[in-house]
Amino acid sequence: MAAAKALREVARTRRGSWAAVVGRRCLSSGSGGPAAERKEGGGGGAKAVNLFTAVNQALHIALDTDPRAFVFGEDVGFGGVFRCTTGLADRFGKNRVFNTPLCEQGIAGFAIGLAAMGNRAIAEIQFADYIFPAFDQIVNEAAKFRYRSGNEFNCGGLTIRTPYGAVGHGGHYHSQSPEAFFCHVPGLKVVIPRSPREAKGLLLASIRDPNPVVFFEPKWLYRLAVEEVPEEDYMLPLSEAEVIRKGSDITLIGWGAQLAVLKEACEDAAKDGVSCELIDLKTLIPWDKETVEASVKKTGKLLVSHEAPITGGFGAEIAASITERCFQRLEAPVARVCGLDTPFPLVYEPFYMPTKNKVLDAIKSTVNY
Amino acid sequence: MPACHHWRGLELGRAEHGVSDMAALWLSRASTQLARRAARRLPAGRGSGEPTTSPWFLGAVPPPALGSTAAVETSRRRGFCSVRRFAGESSAAAATVVDEEPENGFVASDQQAVHFPGGKVSFVAEMNFLPDSMKERINCYRVLDDDGRTISGSRFQEVSKELAVKMYSEMVTLQIMDTIFYEAQRQGRISFYLTSNGEEAINIASAAALSMDDIVLPQYREPGVLLWRGFTLQEFANQCFGNKLDYGKGRQMPIHYGSNRLNYFTVSSPIATQLPHAVGAAYSLKMDKKDACAITYFGDGGTSEGDFHAALNFAAVMEAPVIFFCRNNGWAISTPTTEQFRSDGVVIRGQAYGIRGIRVDGNDALAVYSAVHAAREMAITEGRPILVEALTYRVGHHSTSDDSTKYRPVDEIEHWRTARDPISRYRKWVQGNDWWSDAEESELRSRVRKELLQAIQVAERMPKPPVADLFTDVYDKIPSNLCEQEQLLRDTIMKHPADYPTDVPV
Repeated sequence: MAAAKALREVARTRRGSWAAVVGRRCLSSGSGGPAAERKEGGGGGAKAVNLFTAVNQALHIALDTDPRAFVFGEDVGFGGVFRCTTGLADRFGKNRVFNTPLCEQGIAGFAIGLAAMGNRAIAEIQFADYIFPAFDQIVNEAAKFRYRSGNEFNCGGLTIRTPYGAVGHGGHYHSQSPEAFFCHVPGLKVVIPRSPREAKGLLLASIRDPNPVVFFEPKWLYRLAVEEVPEEDYMLPLSEAEVIRKGSDITLIGWGAQLAVLKEACEDAAKDGVSCELIDLKTLIPWDKETVEASVKKTGKLLVSHEAPITGGFGAEIAASITERCFQRLEAPVARVCGLDTPFPLVYEPFYMPTKNKVLDAIKSTVNY
Repeated sequence: MPACHHWRGLELGRAEHGVSDMAALWLSRASTQLARRAARRLPAGRGSGEPTTSPWFLGAVPPPALGSTAAVETSRRRGFCSVRRFAGESSAAAATVVDEEPENGFVASDQQAVHFPGGKVSFVAEMNFLPDSMKERINCYRVLDDDGRTISGSRFQEVSKELAVKMYSEMVTLQIMDTIFYEAQRQGRISFYLTSNGEEAINIASAAALSMDDIVLPQYREPGVLLWRGFTLQEFANQCFGNKLDYGKGRQMPIHYGSNRLNYFTVSSPIATQLPHAVGAAYSLKMDKKDACAITYFGDGGTSEGDFHAALNFAAVMEAPVIFFCRNNGWAISTPTTEQFRSDGVVIRGQAYGIRGIRVDGNDALAVYSAVHAAREMAITEGRPILVEALTYRVGHHSTSDDSTKYRPVDEIEHWRTARDPISRYRKWVQGNDWWSDAEESELRSRVRKELLQAIQVAERMPKPPVADLFTDVYDKIPSNLCEQEQLLRDTIMKHPADYPTDVPV
């Protein structure tokens, strides 16, 4: 793993060229967002910022509003390799914002102990690809902490932030989307934002949620996605999906960075006269079946899309659940446009990815089924 | 000075290769951590274009230069790794930073030493590998000899008569509890049990040295700590029977006790996972400026887990007031310590992490008490972790699912059960002080036995927790998928009542 981490820097120097091809420019600001739950007395200002800045704002607010909040992880002290923790140590001190040794199971375990003492432990795993040494701590300890003790103890103050997903040049170990592993674990919440405004509101909600949350941040969007983000303290509800585009012919569902691809597919499909309804799931567990079900009952067709490999991906769970609930209303098999069942490949990334045209083709074949 | 150039050169070398704005930002910040990491991982380019004397070389050796120099030849003859590793190729970028201020405290002040992060390191002419072990094993602190007499010159924490007797009584209570619960399992009344036989002194004496504000993160062979803190025999029985009064609501196997009231985190089966938790808990105590520490227990087998390494390293770096208490009882189920590790036990490893430690006779209640008492004091006042290794023996089987005579000699077990029994050794000392009598002994034993049998009867008759508790506590509130699943399950129970236990209320 040590070598892999040294390579991160190398990987970052090879900024991918096909990003432009995919056209994942930015998630435009403007309408479509839900009304944020504004905290009383909050200011009304909003600025266009990118996603890492939105995360940074959320962390500032989290530390500012709760003296028992801590932020830590590898390299977070100087601002983090993605700049999400910039300025935190200076403002809140090294006791509350600090580097940890390079050891993911230690970070998760330490965070659980800290959270179990009534603190908000906001831990960073530098890349989701490196979360696996912490898997036992997350799955066997964090997720079961409340249940196994009969609520004598809980580590609900725990939030694990980690960047996930393709970035154009990340290869095997800087690109993975491991969300499905965690969606198989009762006791955890899994949250993935699609944009800066969502990231800030959902992260604050995750930090303050009394359950352990794994919060995946789409690292491709850290700099690329820019939108107006309210400057004040606000939270967006967990376990509530959002219809971000109304449509009547087919329901598209995704999360995180994939929403940008789906959005473009919707626009192109509209040119061909296909009306797509687009849903951002936001929280993968416990997930908002009702919103998806209502949409599919209306459109009669469903397409699920994610970057993670198709087999055993969370898309399979959605497909199965919606088939159960909407069988009589479905007019075509549920389509899945996902990553391939290969390790995440470097040179072949453009082939691996669930691209706009793959989505468009699946929309067409589903609508014409 | 040249050595520092290795690092600076490396940083600039990376920058030179045309990095993204993001990476450039890292570099402009000149993160010492990143530079350190990179320096460790990548072969260093030569720092200075004009090397004087590299600190990596002996003072007597001429300055290394590219190509065939005496230094290169000398080194090759000696079988060192390639000189190029140290002298490297010249780097134009590196040459530009000659005058920059050195970072990381890395300054070669003279030819015989270097100020390396962490302090001065001297250079020597001899090629000495560190030995794999010391000539003699680390010794073991004890207070009482095998006959329960204090060793002359032994220094230990005084215990009053009241405390001494309470410790003894609780050791006996733990022993009786083990005997009776073990029997109850054999009779099929509880599903599982795990004794602490042979480790009663560790359990009780370590607990006695702590304060109630100290946070305990147990493994599973320390129920005596909980007993000491005031968990009643009825509470133990309720957990083992998984009845509705079990705080864990019948969700975990027997012996997975826990109590918020008594600052005793609920036991979980995975080995050593509680160690990093203890560091987090200790850090919290430190931030709150509490006069308290965290203590976590584990066995010799647990020290092989990654979590052991993670926890010790984190604790040292975070200066967390935590006591790591290793019960080295010789056996991890059937694996003897000779097949577990090759170090001199566990205590030696503390040093490698920068952690103070002590090896103590785990069957000597006074030694365990004194060691933990001192460890606690140091942990809290100095803000540091302490490692305690108690040498002991698991006299019982690993659990009721194990027969240890299949893998270890019966006379070994017998020897530890009789000649080295911690309870009788301590009793001799207590009785030698005239603090205990045979009459009190038999009164205690019959009282505890009676109380326990009573507790078991009550626990056994107590109803199980209701089906509803299957779905609570997964989250703070029951999410819709679980509401749905609960309804489905209830429908199924109505349809097929014979499939389900009758003693779990629906």
